[in-house]
Amino acid sequence: MQKRLHYLQDKLVMAIEIEQPSAHVGLSKVAVSDTHGEDSPYFAGWKAYDENPYDELSNPSGVIQMGLAENQVSFDLLEEYLEKHAEASSWGKGVSGFRENALFQDYHGLQSFRKAMASFMEQIRGGRAKFDSERVVLTAGATAANELLTFILADPGDALLVPTPYYPGFDRDLRWRTGVKIVPIHCHSSNNFQITPQALEAAYNDAEAMNIKVRGVLITNPSNPLGATIQRSTLEEILDFVTRKNIHLVSDEIYSGSVFSSSEFISVAEVLEARQYKDSERVHIVYSLSKDLGLPGFRVGTIYSYNDKVVTTARRMSSFTLISSQTQHLLASMLSDKKFTENYIKTNRERLRKRYEMIIEGLRSSGIECLKGNAGLFCWMNLSPLLQNQTREGELALWNPMLHEVKLNISPGSSCHCSEPGWFRVCFANMSEQTLQVALKRIQNFMEQIRERDGNLVISSQ
Amino acid sequence: MRLIVPLQGVVQGRGGLILGSLIPCALFYFFQLYVKRHRSPKSGSNHISPSQSSPNLAELQRSSSRSNLSSRGSIGRVQVSSRASSIAKPNDSPYYIGLDKVSEDAYDRFDNPDGVIQLGLSENRLCFDLIEKWFSENLKDSVIGSDGGDLSISGIAAYQPLDGLMELKVAMAGFMSQVMGPAVSFDPLQMVLTCGATPAIEILCFCLADPGNAFLVPTPYYSGFDRDVRWRTGVELIPVHCRNTDNFIISITSLDQAFNQARKRGVKVRGILLSNPGNPVGNLLPRETLDDILYFSQEKNIHIILDEIYAGSVYGTEEHVSMAELLDSDDIDKTRIHMVYGLSKDLALPGFRVGVIYSFNDTVLVAAKRLARFSSISAPTQRLLTSMLSDTRFTLTYINTSKKRIRKMHDLFVAGLKQLGIECATSSAGFYCWANMSKLIPSYSEKGELELWEMLLNIGKINVTPGSAFHCIEPGWFRCCFTTLSEEDIPIVIEGIRKVAETCKSSS
Repeated sequence: MQKRLHYLQDKLVMAIEIEQPSAHVGLSKVAVSDTHGEDSPYFAGWKAYDENPYDELSNPSGVIQMGLAENQVSFDLLEEYLEKHAEASSWGKGVSGFRENALFQDYHGLQSFRKAMASFMEQIRGGRAKFDSERVVLTAGATAANELLTFILADPGDALLVPTPYYPGFDRDLRWRTGVKIVPIHCHSSNNFQITPQALEAAYNDAEAMNIKVRGVLITNPSNPLGATIQRSTLEEILDFVTRKNIHLVSDEIYSGSVFSSSEFISVAEVLEARQYKDSERVHIVYSLSKDLGLPGFRVGTIYSYNDKVVTTARRMSSFTLISSQTQHLLASMLSDKKFTENYIKTNRERLRKRYEMIIEGLRSSGIECLKGNAGLFCWMNLSPLLQNQTREGELALWNPMLHEVKLNISPGSSCHCSEPGWFRVCFANMSEQTLQVALKRIQNFMEQIRERDGNLVISSQ
Repeated sequence: MRLIVPLQGVVQGRGGLILGSLIPCALFYFFQLYVKRHRSPKSGSNHISPSQSSPNLAELQRSSSRSNLSSRGSIGRVQVSSRASSIAKPNDSPYYIGLDKVSEDAYDRFDNPDGVIQLGLSENRLCFDLIEKWFSENLKDSVIGSDGGDLSISGIAAYQPLDGLMELKVAMAGFMSQVMGPAVSFDPLQMVLTCGATPAIEILCFCLADPGNAFLVPTPYYSGFDRDVRWRTGVELIPVHCRNTDNFIISITSLDQAFNQARKRGVKVRGILLSNPGNPVGNLLPRETLDDILYFSQEKNIHIILDEIYAGSVYGTEEHVSMAELLDSDDIDKTRIHMVYGLSKDLALPGFRVGVIYSFNDTVLVAAKRLARFSSISAPTQRLLTSMLSDTRFTLTYINTSKKRIRKMHDLFVAGLKQLGIECATSSAGFYCWANMSKLIPSYSEKGELELWEMLLNIGKINVTPGSAFHCIEPGWFRCCFTTLSEEDIPIVIEGIRKVAETCKSSS
């Protein structure tokens, strides 16, 4: 059930048919609503994969999962580290080490771990921004971090402005329990989906017209699903905009370590530093180890805020989402090892870049163009020339056979609230190179079939 | 700016009246003008307050998130939500103040014998030797728990089911059966795992109640509920007061009364929140009471959340009746019963963050599974604990030994208090006793109780938690946790209380 007009009044959203529970005793609106958004095609594709997962040997005709943004290209580096540094993964010979760790449930988090996170974040940004470990708040994953920030920055009924296309999970993470709305900032392929001041103003006015109070802007940089970094000038414009409107800015930078070339990523932290932290108390950064370090199972996220009140509040609220002290201990050693992290960041970048080039080349030889990307675990593919109808239905009409016949689970742009139909997010880092080649071959075959079907088909490049 | 111009001294003599009033007025207005021109920028202007304007990064880094709030007042001009504003307020609860005091001046038998002894933390430190032994014997390689061969991090690094690994749920179901007694079995499919019991309770509240609804909770109750139930959900907690005369066991009459009063106010009660074993009293709900509450909830068509987090720490002779035991009969609608459990108490691993939601309501389970994504347990910890909980021989030994040791400390401590004429409520479980120090308080009121608490902290050098922190209606009760002590510490604690008792007697 795709709700593009999700910023309409609550009543309309809730009016969408949902099966009422058969239990006699009543449940909350949160429990029975579908604001979690998990009925969208984004998640339906996962289901198809779960039922028939591809395996090189045992199920070569299964569905290849290209809808999961997971980074599996650098596991060997992590394993190597853990093998070499047994002391990192034990509590040491002393009795007190384990005991203290097992008892440690302080929402401030292990200081050694916070310091390690701050230093890791600095390294990713090539030392171009400084991070204070006292401003690091730990959460069990970026999912929790984004929700927590929303609870802190906005009241029920308020809104956050989010540029489209965006990560489908935001519909759930930012809205479900918080009661906060998302008002989209529409971006278009004509300028590579960059955020413009006009689009910002338009979104703000949209909200005002509906009597909705805007509390902040949430950007993802590098962007999911675009796989591209936001330019410095755009960041400056966004900062000016939020300052003018006196609202917050959340910058979700969880893919910052997955930029193919270090110099191309500008963090909002760098811009703030250049401005000497003027007006910085409205800015908050979200980070996590799920993408860059490929450890989503560990559930490690962080909020970095330049606002003392937000830091204090987030800390207290993090009681609902603390990271296991065991995990903090383990990662503190690993992330403080500068030699390891430097090598990891460099190697990981390189491998991702290679994968990206592989998929872009493979797609190009099939006649498919993608948005020019420079980061992330996915590419943003343009299949709009293939659509029978330039509508959302036309897009899904293409997505369905992709999933059920070609057996590739890719994410349709409409799930990401893209204003133009025909774009798809394709993940490339959650599989082996061989599997990627298999996927590219399948796409090639599919495209050949389409050409035969449609005769002379000219694929225009963007 | 207001200036009260003293005219008295000036108005002397005839002409002085005019001059006497004109000159001060003129001075006043010129003064105001001067001040207006040179006033430092208001916080609403474009200038940043001094503490933020410095480009010196060191200052930024030194700002401590804890201390700055009260000194700065409204920070910056951009607002946070009203939800956040109430949470950000400095915490003045005695529970936290006491904890701070101990961390500043912690007792150590050798290094700091005059320090403050901690009796405010409900943690079990009596059995770490057992857990450490298990680790040294079973954890061959890494803290990730290699279980024999697969060191591959990809096994646990990848996305896991966000409501917990099935292997851990199975192991947990077995452990809960051990803990709650052989008559009860748990189905892993009805379980949702969360990073601690704290999010477990919050998630249940999100599922069972809408903002503005309420839960009834018997007092005294674990003060964390104020946070877990209310902060982000908008749900209210209505205290239902219990008294010493009833051994602090809830009565149906008072539940009914509270339910009706709420209804009169237009507040919809969605359920009852119970702790069994109780915190801070450490009492157990008798079978008949549980039956009555079940019946009551059925009659009013509301839910029951049962927090059984201390179920494995029952040392007394009374039996702990788990709610799961009562649900065997067919005429009870199980869909209204939900249990919360965790490993922070019984297995003394609060840092690892392991909590359980156990429910018979499919819709709640579906919603809770989805909500668990915001509070998932870290995968390496899940793997580690699957190993530990599957070692049923170890868990049985641990539970039994722990009970014995808690009992020993309990008996010693309660006996010590008795010598001072301080009686405790009957506790059969938990890590604390519920001591009645009402004879010592200067006035039979919350104020008197807090005064006594301060004396215990500053003169007695012990940090106990006053009953008001648990919303107890009767002043003078204190929760004293003894499982963070060693046997040698008990006489010192008793001595400290005696000192305070003497001070009270002499001053009265």
